Amino acid sequence: MKKILGILLVLVILGSGVLFAAGQQESGLIKVGIVNLPPEESGYRQANVEDMNTVFSTANGYDAKQTNTMDNSEQIAAAKGYIRDGVDYLLISAANASGWDDTLKSAKDAGIKVILFDRAIDTAESNYQAALLSDMAYEGAKAVEWVLGLGLDPINLILIRGQMGSAAEIGRSGAVLDAAKAGKLNIVADGTGGDSWSLEEARKVVEAAIAAGKDFNVIYAENDGMAQGAVQALEAAGITHGKDGKVKVIGFDFNRFALRNVQSGYWDADMQCNPRQAAEISKWIKSGNIPSGIIYQEELLLTTDTITDALIDQWGINADPGKGVITR
Amino acid sequence: MLSETILEMKDISKSFPGVKALDSVDFKLRKGEIHALMGENGAGKSTLIKVITGVYEKDAGIITLQGEPIHFKAPEDAQKKGIGTVYQEIMLCPNLTVAENMFIGRSHSSFVNWKQMNEKAVQLLESLSIPASPVQELSSCSIAVQQMIAIARAVDMDCKILILDEPTSSLDEDEVQKLFVLMRELKERGVGIIFITHFLEQVYEISDRITVLRNGKLVGEYETSALSQFNLISKMLGNELEDITKIKKHEPVVSDTTVPVFESKDLSSSAGVRPFNFNIQKGEVNGFAGLLGSGRSESVRAIFAADKVTGGEVRIKGKQVKIKTPLHAIKHGIGYLPEDRKDDGIIDDLSVRDNIILTLQVMKGFFKPFSMKQAEAFADEYIEKLNIKTPNSNTPIKSLSGGNQQKVILARWLLTHPEYLILDEPTRGIDVGTKVEIQKLVLKLASEGMSLTFISSEIEEMLRTCSRLIVMKDREIIAELKGTELTENDVMNVIAQGGKTTCAHR
Amino acid sequence: MRTSIKNFSYLFLPLSVLALLIIINLIKGADYFSITMVNGALYGNIPNIFFGAAELVILSIGMTLVTAASRGQDISIGESATITSAIFVLFVLQAGEVTLFTILVGFLFSCIAGLALGAFNGVLVSVFKVQPMVASLILFTGGRSIAFMIDGKLSPILANDISNKIGTVIPGVPIQTPIILTVLFIVFFAVLLKTTNLKLYVETVGINPNAARLNGINPKKIIFLTFLIMGFCTAVAGFIAVNKAGRHDSVNLLKLIMMDAILAVAIGGNSLGGGKFSITGSIIGAYTIEMLNRTLLRLEIEPAMIKVFKAIFIIILMVIASPVVRLKIRKVVDKVRSGKTAVNQSKGSTPLSTANIARKKEE
Repeated sequence: MKKILGILLVLVILGSGVLFAAGQQESGLIKVGIVNLPPEESGYRQANVEDMNTVFSTANGYDAKQTNTMDNSEQIAAAKGYIRDGVDYLLISAANASGWDDTLKSAKDAGIKVILFDRAIDTAESNYQAALLSDMAYEGAKAVEWVLGLGLDPINLILIRGQMGSAAEIGRSGAVLDAAKAGKLNIVADGTGGDSWSLEEARKVVEAAIAAGKDFNVIYAENDGMAQGAVQALEAAGITHGKDGKVKVIGFDFNRFALRNVQSGYWDADMQCNPRQAAEISKWIKSGNIPSGIIYQEELLLTTDTITDALIDQWGINADPGKGVITR
Repeated sequence: MLSETILEMKDISKSFPGVKALDSVDFKLRKGEIHALMGENGAGKSTLIKVITGVYEKDAGIITLQGEPIHFKAPEDAQKKGIGTVYQEIMLCPNLTVAENMFIGRSHSSFVNWKQMNEKAVQLLESLSIPASPVQELSSCSIAVQQMIAIARAVDMDCKILILDEPTSSLDEDEVQKLFVLMRELKERGVGIIFITHFLEQVYEISDRITVLRNGKLVGEYETSALSQFNLISKMLGNELEDITKIKKHEPVVSDTTVPVFESKDLSSSAGVRPFNFNIQKGEVNGFAGLLGSGRSESVRAIFAADKVTGGEVRIKGKQVKIKTPLHAIKHGIGYLPEDRKDDGIIDDLSVRDNIILTLQVMKGFFKPFSMKQAEAFADEYIEKLNIKTPNSNTPIKSLSGGNQQKVILARWLLTHPEYLILDEPTRGIDVGTKVEIQKLVLKLASEGMSLTFISSEIEEMLRTCSRLIVMKDREIIAELKGTELTENDVMNVIAQGGKTTCAHR
Repeated sequence: MRTSIKNFSYLFLPLSVLALLIIINLIKGADYFSITMVNGALYGNIPNIFFGAAELVILSIGMTLVTAASRGQDISIGESATITSAIFVLFVLQAGEVTLFTILVGFLFSCIAGLALGAFNGVLVSVFKVQPMVASLILFTGGRSIAFMIDGKLSPILANDISNKIGTVIPGVPIQTPIILTVLFIVFFAVLLKTTNLKLYVETVGINPNAARLNGINPKKIIFLTFLIMGFCTAVAGFIAVNKAGRHDSVNLLKLIMMDAILAVAIGGNSLGGGKFSITGSIIGAYTIEMLNRTLLRLEIEPAMIKVFKAIFIIILMVIASPVVRLKIRKVVDKVRSGKTAVNQSKGSTPLSTANIARKKEE
């Protein structure tokens, strides 16, 4: 009984999709299918989904449909649906890097251009047109470059990783581990905020380091929330940080609250991880000049010296607490 | 008749912390005999059985099975050697089918031939005249049928020894007879049967020998034919025997003008009892008689609103009141000791103290808990009054014997000082000594002015205590007996004839 | 006297685990218990544990009650707390100027939301007899999306002075505010348990709902009540968490905390199948988990292995706590004790056994 209901439901959804597609056929808009993760996934994704919505709007000449789900098989099913609908472009941020080969090939056969964004897929480069990604290793390298340029001697760093094994964690940790191996800095504590990149866990990592009597002068937290947790631990222990403080703090992701903290000198730097691929992709589509292969986004590192209101406004994600407001 | 010994136990001892449950007990079971194991609760019967079946390891002594010394470490060992056991509490899976319950877990193959299994089940069920289909879910069978299925399961194991621990306590007379037929059949085949029961008549009807235990010690082994019932009881009870004979009935002074303490008119409930009229006077003890399933429990449950009341009206001391939930009943001074002690009565993990104060506490209200001191005082008072055997009031009730658990439930209701107390099978599955105590208590309470309804499967108990019997059949009241009509014969006749001849009494 | 010994043996497991963790930490550094004053507040490992475990302790209390009465677990507590705190933030940010009054009113609104969410789960479980885990699966799945909508699809910032004081420390008070709030909450529950029959009713319903009904307790009402209380707990936990964080992150706030809350209930010696419960045990269980997390960090186990170590520790813990091992331990203890009793008896002190009591009566 449940199965039958399920099948019926699927049929109804598919049917309505087809009808919807048929109704829009002659509107002259560019048809785009977007397969993405849901905004609940992360603050990054919230900004990403929002950006996709604004850029690929009817006002901008697009007929775009979005499917946002964490489930890879649901994503594949949605992608296949868009292929059947005969979209012009298929934009994918995959939940899982594998299992996409057949779908991508059938898109290619149907003459649909596939553009991957944010997340790469393990497949031959010929299976898609282009991939616009953040280069996590580049982000890590740029952040470590900043750390090394601080003029501290020695550099005693607390590394707070994100979800173990995630692309962001591997890339951002890699640079630090390499630098440590090369003897350029010491990792005095190595912890993780866990699967939810948790503020509380990050705080505990720093508290444990303090309890163990570790001497450190840099906190390298792989997202803004964890950097916040780490600074809470410093505050409670009465350890100075930020512009004139002992411990230098860097976070990732460009949340506006984090950028305001940098601006106020409460933190020292933040490394961008740009979720706004939509404008670039739209530019490619409109110009008809779509590059092929993997394209990495240009990403910024802002410090207390380089940060400006305009940059915060342009590149920041999420809510802005306002100038001078510190989020502790 | 040359009887060959199958099982011999010598000098068996078993201790639990603080209690010597078995003290050098000897026991001998011969081939093809039905051997009754008798004694009060706590005498050591259950422990002895559990030693035989490998549930407990003995501390000392020797067990030989057909001349070969054995030492069971687990119940499976005993089963492999052909010792089958059926306990009072049914140990089957209610959500499986009848056939599954009879056969599953018994073959060593991982695959089940369902068709063959069901066919085999049909044969066995038919040969024992068990009214059940192999494919129906066990939980849809009555308790009695479930018990018989448990026996069928044990019987099919080609056993040499069958242990029946109180198998008849939830069976009616007809079903007991069917069981006896089966037991005799097994006896003919040479199976040695150990039979435990509280029903003395059944012992005399079926057993060849009796072994009596008291306080973990062997009193003796007797030929059933050579031991009178009186002597058996005296051996079981020691000096408590004279108490039974002392029970004297209390006759309340009732005139027609007296307003009943409780009165119902056309009361009916979702449990399917036909609308009935009933009343009870101050200081009266009456009872509902009838076979299992006649509706006697359903009737009292309707009075207490334990089942959903679907119609009729109720008066307390002449004033019409609404009793829609047990809480209403409790607040109107009615108490109800349920038939199923385990499922409806005890809160098994809670202490004796909490079990005793529970209902009074509920009456007092959610926001007015008793102090620990007050609660302990209440508990200790009733532990003393009812002679409840428990280490202290903080002991979980589940570690008490059945009789003592029942006394705790009684204490719970007595503590609420009800004006009308319903006792549904308070004496079932408990030892003779406690049975006597409860009957005496019922009469004492009545003499103090409490009204009681007393239900028991053992009609003599009701004859001994009740001044009026309401006889039920097929969920309907068919007669009311009092005074000189209160004899076992009269009750039996009324039930047998369906009340036709006694309509005049109403 | 005897009661207190009984209770202690009930808490034997959580306390012994706690002791083991303390020993490990003391080996790592003798200054484990040292507490210093930093910026006018107490600082050290112990305050850190109390601070970090605040939300978990509060949620464990609610989880204990829900487990005891409904014989199941509420897996939506993290999501409920995210929704209640979203409502709190929504109200405070709309109010314009943030005062103590707006914070309190916001908290009140979040409590109402918590009660409503608890009522939602409670009705499903008590009236419609849905298994608690299945019932709470609905909020577990959809809760964060609801909170995300309340947040206006952003992570609103709660950067104001009062929130900061609630999340850290009030000048002049040497103890961090979340710790004070936790203590107040525990005291509140202690008073609640002392002045009501909550424990007796909940245990009775959890052990035997039939008997409960026949003795005048309405099992539906009691189960519903425990879910309401759980809803209140989520509102308080969400309030503390969001003030600690200073912003509302609907994605990660108290994510997967129900795992730790359920674990705390189990470590506390409570049966996950309902019935008798010990809130003290659950509280100790919650602090034990917090301490375990910190101990693993203190042992500097590499991040990739930390989950594995936690799992191993918990497996050992659960095996020790399992009925099988407990029974074995009890047997050993009983053997030792019965030996002692025999000695006591000869001295004429209070005997323990049934047989002895009977003998005493006869005298």
